[in-house]
Amino acid sequence: MSTLHTVNRSPFEHGALEGCLARVRPGSAVLLIEDGVLGALDGSRFASRLGALAAAGVELFALGPDLAARGVEPARLAPCVGVVDYAGFVDLACRFARTVTWT
Amino acid sequence: MRFAVLVNAGPYQYQGADTAWHFTRAALDGGHDILRVFFYHDGAYNGNRLLVPPQDERNVGARWSRLAAERGLDLVVCVAAGQRRGVLDAAERRRHGKDADVLAPGFRIAGLGLLAEAAILADRFVTFG
Repeated sequence: MSTLHTVNRSPFEHGALEGCLARVRPGSAVLLIEDGVLGALDGSRFASRLGALAAAGVELFALGPDLAARGVEPARLAPCVGVVDYAGFVDLACRFARTVTWT
Repeated sequence: MRFAVLVNAGPYQYQGADTAWHFTRAALDGGHDILRVFFYHDGAYNGNRLLVPPQDERNVGARWSRLAAERGLDLVVCVAAGQRRGVLDAAERRRHGKDADVLAPGFRIAGLGLLAEAAILADRFVTFG
């Protein structure tokens, strides 16, 4: 079943992203929100894994307002990560059959 | 699409209640239905009408009440989570012999059955916090 995974904790202080990335399957998506958006920074130890997942067919997104609240320009994200707003978050929740929250 | 929303985060400690509110509003703006917003664990604190944040700061609790008044939301605080945290309505106040009830406008108190019902009836179930 296609799943939208959301991750709301920084991967540098919490294992939510690790757990999510270990289980997400091609055809599903990961949306990074709140402190979770820090996991999308290019050059971090997660960037290459995100790139590999994207190449395997996992869609990756970060929530734009949460990036802005943390002073993270979209240009600093791994190139495989798209940016959505809250309306985009709702659209993703509709497009995927279920939502799983990693916290 | 019909959404059910679960809020496990209290106001101000972390961002989950804010994200849930923004998501709910965006879903309504997008023409979707919000079947119910269920407040569980520390999320119950969102239903306290006595929150007094600084005037130039968002009021996380009152914002839910406003959205419910404007858009007709069903905001439900888990009865057991609310009791533990002093979030009582008038009936709970009387039942427990307390001298005040604090449940905010637009919220109601009910059991976990309403969470299960919302999860079953909704097309999408989204958890925050």
